[in-house]
This record gives sequence, C-alpha cells and structure tokens, in this order.
Amino acid sequence: MPVFYENRQLVTPGDLLAENEYINGENTYKENGKIYATRVGLFVAEDKRVHVVALKAFYLPMVGDTVVGKVLEVTLGGWVTDIRAPYLAMLRASDALERPFKPQKDDLPSLFDVGDIMVAKIVAYDRTRDPLLTVLERGLGKVTRGQIIEITPTKIPRVIGKQGSMVGMIKEETGCLITIGQNGRIIISGKSPEDERLAIMAIRKIEQEAHTSGLTDRVTEMLKKEKGEKSKKEVVENVPKET
Amino acid sequence: MSQKKPEKLIDENDIRSDGRKLNEMRQVKIEVGILGNADGSAYIEMGKNRILAAVYGPREIHPRHQALPDRAALRCRYHMAPFSVQERKSPAPSRREHELSKVIRESLEPSIFTEYYPRTAIDLFIEVLQADGGTRCAGITVASLALADAGIPMRDLVSACAAGKVDGRLVLDLNDVEDKGGEADMPLAYMPTMNAVTLLQMDGMLTGEEFEQVLNMALEGCKQINQLQKEALRAKYKVVKEAEAEKEEEGEKEAAE
Amino acid sequence: MVSVMASKVRQKRIAQLIARGKRLDGREPTDYREIQLESGLIERAEGSARIRLGKTEVLVGTKIEAGEPFTDTPNEGVLTVNAELVPLASPTFEPGPPDEKSVELARVVDRGIRESKAIALEDLCVEPGKKVFVVFVDVYVLNHDGNLIDASALAALAALVNTKMFNYEVKEGEIKIKSGYKPLPLRNYPVAVTHAKIGDKLIVDPWLEEEQVMDARLTLAFEKDGKVCATQKGGDGYFTPQEVFEASKIAQQKAIELRKLVVKE
Repeated sequence: MPVFYENRQLVTPGDLLAENEYINGENTYKENGKIYATRVGLFVAEDKRVHVVALKAFYLPMVGDTVVGKVLEVTLGGWVTDIRAPYLAMLRASDALERPFKPQKDDLPSLFDVGDIMVAKIVAYDRTRDPLLTVLERGLGKVTRGQIIEITPTKIPRVIGKQGSMVGMIKEETGCLITIGQNGRIIISGKSPEDERLAIMAIRKIEQEAHTSGLTDRVTEMLKKEKGEKSKKEVVENVPKET
Repeated sequence: MSQKKPEKLIDENDIRSDGRKLNEMRQVKIEVGILGNADGSAYIEMGKNRILAAVYGPREIHPRHQALPDRAALRCRYHMAPFSVQERKSPAPSRREHELSKVIRESLEPSIFTEYYPRTAIDLFIEVLQADGGTRCAGITVASLALADAGIPMRDLVSACAAGKVDGRLVLDLNDVEDKGGEADMPLAYMPTMNAVTLLQMDGMLTGEEFEQVLNMALEGCKQINQLQKEALRAKYKVVKEAEAEKEEEGEKEAAE
Repeated sequence: MVSVMASKVRQKRIAQLIARGKRLDGREPTDYREIQLESGLIERAEGSARIRLGKTEVLVGTKIEAGEPFTDTPNEGVLTVNAELVPLASPTFEPGPPDEKSVELARVVDRGIRESKAIALEDLCVEPGKKVFVVFVDVYVLNHDGNLIDASALAALAALVNTKMFNYEVKEGEIKIKSGYKPLPLRNYPVAVTHAKIGDKLIVDPWLEEEQVMDARLTLAFEKDGKVCATQKGGDGYFTPQEVFEASKIAQQKAIELRKLVVKE
C-alpha cells in the first residue's frame, strides 16, 4: 500500500513515490519495484497508478498531434519547421500540395516562406528520424492573421478543458477563433485587438493557475467582468456631449 | 603576486582559518531558474564561490556527426571567468578546464534519461564567476538543478561535496587555501537514490583507512547538499503556488463585493 | 580494415562471461595482462621507457631543460606531463590539438607523480626564483588496446627511474654542462591501478573490448608505502561506495606487484 506523498504535493527528481503494486505513469520510473519521480511536479495517485504532473516539460512530438510551426528554412523538397521540440520538423512539398510537386514550376517560398506560421499535423515520427508534417487536412495551413502565444505544453490540456469546455467558453465570450497546438503554441484571431487581448488574458490566467480547481468558473467570471467594464467605458464615451 | 600561505590552517581547538568546525560545510545559497533564455538555469553561492549553470536542450545537435543514434549527447563546458581568481586567468580553456568539463559531464550523465532523446544534444554550461576551492563540486550541484529546471527527466539529482585532510585533521568542504595547503582533497558527486558515486577524484596522500573516512565524510556532505537542492526546487514552486493562492483569494474577495 | 567497435554480439558475450566471473582472454578479475618493460631505448632523451601491456604499447620519454619556477614555489623545479594519443595508435585517434582524453590521461599520470612527491623538485633549483630545471615527461601512446592510464603511469615511472641528469655548474648566471651524469633525484615510486565495472563486477586492467562494454572505471595510484596519492573515476556510469572500497583494497596489492617490475629491491 505505501505511497509516500499526498495528492498534489510537490516532488523532485529522485523522490521515492510508491512501492510494489503500483503502476508508474507519466514523469516517473520504476526500479526494483520502487517508483521514483523524474521531474519536478505534483504527485498524483489514482487507483493503482501514480504519476507526476510536471511543472515544466518540453514538447515531445507525437503522431497525430496538431502543432503550430514556424518555417526556418526553405529547401529543395520542402520546409524545415520549428515546432518547439527537441527535433526540427519537415514539411515536404508533397504534403503541402494537392497535386504532384513540379520543381520547375512550383515556387516553394510562395507557399510558405521563412518566418511563416502554419498549423500542421504530425504524420510520422520515431526514434530514428525527425517528425514529418502535413497541411493537407481541413483546418491546417498557413496562418495569415491573429496573434501567437506560447505556453508550457503541459498546460495545454487545461486550456482545452474537459471535452473542449474551457476553450469553447473562451471562444464564446471573446468571439475569437482559437487554434491550439499541442506543442504549446496557440493562435488567437479575433474581430478586434481588444477581443484578442481578452482571450490572451484568459489563457495566461489558466497557465498561472492550472493546478487549482474551479478554474473554468473563475476564468468565465474574469472575462465577463473585463467585458462588462469595457462596455461601461464605451457607454460613458458614447454619451452625447451637452450642447 | 602570490598569496602568502598561512602558518596554520587549523588551530588547537580544531577551528579552521575561516572559523568553521572540521565537519562544517560553507554557507550555501541557491537560486533556480534565474536566466531568461536558457531552458534551465541555477546559481549557487558556497562560501566565496559564485557559480552559474545553464542548460539548453534537448535540441538539434551541431555538428551533426556528434549525434548519437540511441540517446542524447550530453555536452558540458566548465569555464572560469578571467576575474574569478586572484591572478587573472586567461579566457582560453586551460587543460584543467578540459579535464573538469569531462569529469563533470561523466558525473551527471548517469542521472539523465538520455535514451529518451536520440540524436539530440543537451548542452550544459557552467561558469565560475568567483572561485574559492571546490568549484567542480558546486558546479555539479548547480548543474543538476539547471537540468531539473529545464524539465529534463532524471533518475535523481546529483549532489557533490569535497572532503579532505588539512593540518592532519579530516575536514569537510575545503576552501582554496585549505586545498592548496592541505594534505589531501577528495571531490565527490553522489546520487542518493541509487547509492551511486558518479565523480570521485583525489589528490594528496591518504592511508587506506583515511581514504575510507574521508570518502564517508564527503558522502555525508553530499547528502546535506541534496537536501538543500530539493529545498531550492521547492522554494521556486512555492512562490508560484503562493501567487496562485493570492489570486484565488483576490478572486473570491472581488466576487463577494 | 578492422573495425574498432566490437560487434553487439561480442559485447554481449564479454558481459555475460564477466557476470560469471570469467574474462574472454581467460584472465582472473584481478589479473593484469603480460607486461614487458624496456628502458633507455631513446638515447636523445634524458630518460625513456617502453611498456607493452598486452597489446597496449606506450613509450615515455623525459627531457630536462632549464626554465623558470612557478611564482608560488620559487625554490622548486617544475614537473610537466604531456600525453599524446598518437593517430597511428588507433583508428579512433585523430591528429589535432589535445582532446579531453589525452588531457585527462596526462593529468592523471601527473597527479600520481606529483602528489607522491616522487621527484625531489627542491634539488632541481639552480637560482631561487629565477632558474630551475623543468622535467618534461612525454607520454606517447603507440598502440591502444585498453588501459592507457596504468600503462602510461608505469612506463612514466620506469622512464623517471631511467632518467639521468647531466652534471652542471653555474658560471656568470649561465648553466654550463660538465661531463658525467647522475640519476634524477627520486623519492617515491607511484603506481596506478585501474578497475573497470561491468554490470556489478569489478575487473582489473580492462583491455579495449572490455573498456567498450564497461560502465565506468576507477583508477587509484599508490605511493611506495601504500598510501593513496591519486584517484580518478572515469566513464559515464557509477560505483557504489562499497565497490570503491573493494577496488581500493585490491588495487593496493596490485600496485605492490607492479612496482616490482620497475624498482628492483
């Protein structure tokens, strides 16, 4: 039965978390029947599984993930893309063009140039090679407007919420389009910079308070309050001058 | 200009030249996550030592031929600033810095799950801003924290401390004067969870029995350092947690108004 | 061309055997390979020695030249140890400036000699603060088949024992060489013994393929009265404290045996 920490207690690498019948989950390892933490984070024990919610962890590519990437280099066959991971990703021309790639005719930089932002999906990745991307699905492709913000990848699930409840709420309250990359990059595109600012505020709040409960309500409240103040300001400004 | 060697490094009451007892470590102050650009960083003051460590990675490795097919390559640079020592040291890496870069890398490698990130590099930089003996140990201690701060998965923190023999007595954590004027100095790095000695060097002269005693003394020092490292990691998070708790309270207060 | 990396199959075999306490070449865990030591083969050097430890071959030459003392030891001569992993010694050695391996090798050999105070450096002072003799010990690795540290340290000791200093007198601040020689003033005879850890077994004098499989190595140098004068752990694995103590007891005995090859009692 022994677990050595309580839920949501802070643990550090090498801390002994549990023994024997437990299964080790994320950010832990098992040796000689004992389970230890590999990262700084919060201890969680559920049923017979223990894992650690890491305070800080970088993104490791996974096939199927949607990511937001930035083009670093245009090469002969495609684009070298930064996806904020230990590995650079590659978007091949064949995964960006609906038709076969003709090097003489097709001008790659006109599709994506250095510095361009894209929403892409990881189609291949394993230990022997760098991740491969595609933009040939709905919702993927070059990003032409909006703002990008970066948060710790471990907090992305919180931004999404249970069945998309959190991000759905933010979209509703701010009227913004929000695209979430599993690699910790989020694109926010709203009707006005003001709307975008609200959405960014909400996401920053989630990043800061990811480990607390009742977060969805607090974020909703905050957004409503900010909007309320904004419209109050507008009302004051719209009062016709006395003649 | 050379320093004059003091006549006696330890007096008749077993008090050392800096006022410490034989098995007393110097004052330690640690801060984690102080550099903005690095993926992980930490800073230590141990006595007069001032040492900074930073980690970049795992990241693409350049030059490509240094890539390892089955794990991350840990690269380490231990370097002393020209103004860190009494007589200005040339910025060019000395043979000592070459050797220390190697042994420090070998002391940390066993702690990292390098096999999770093949073909990448984990770059570790240790800069000694001020030196007063025991810099490789303090450097390892702070480098291990920088790795944890970078979110790199590890088996355990690596904790380092030196012990030795000065004026015939066995002492813990030698400063520069004691290292230069003493009979033996043994830096040691240790992973408590795995009971693993990952760095062990000694210069001087010790009988077989003294060797054992000094090593055990250094191990105890490492265990103390391990506690201080964990506290430093917790302290960083506590600040965040307190800020969150404050925000929660504020939120509730405003809701009530 | 022979590949320097043993195949995975071979590596596994070596590790399996060692787990059962046996070594591929039939040696016991505490056996050294056959050692051949020859001294005085380089006439131009003040001293020289060549060791063959199994197939590892190292040549050490010593030179003595006039120089300046260090500021904090104005009355003492200077010892300088350098090591070259000569490119012909292994497909893996490349020409170029000293890399970390050769720097470590030089510094570990140096440590044994320096910390045991083997050379009576105060006898090498010509004019305090101004002129002293510098003893250059140059380690030249000619064939790498494992355990360069022990081979180099033993050859360096043999070279020092073989070293002769020319007689001299000081005339008008200049060193004038006279006829005749005297041996380099030696007070101690340090010997290095290296253990390799493979799995949870410790073996002495690892050869190249054992080195490729080992987790870590531990070198201990002993002076003539059995005190430890240098220690160096290498490799990216680790030792438990118990393993360190076990290795040091064995090493102390082996050092006595090795010293007999150089210093005839």
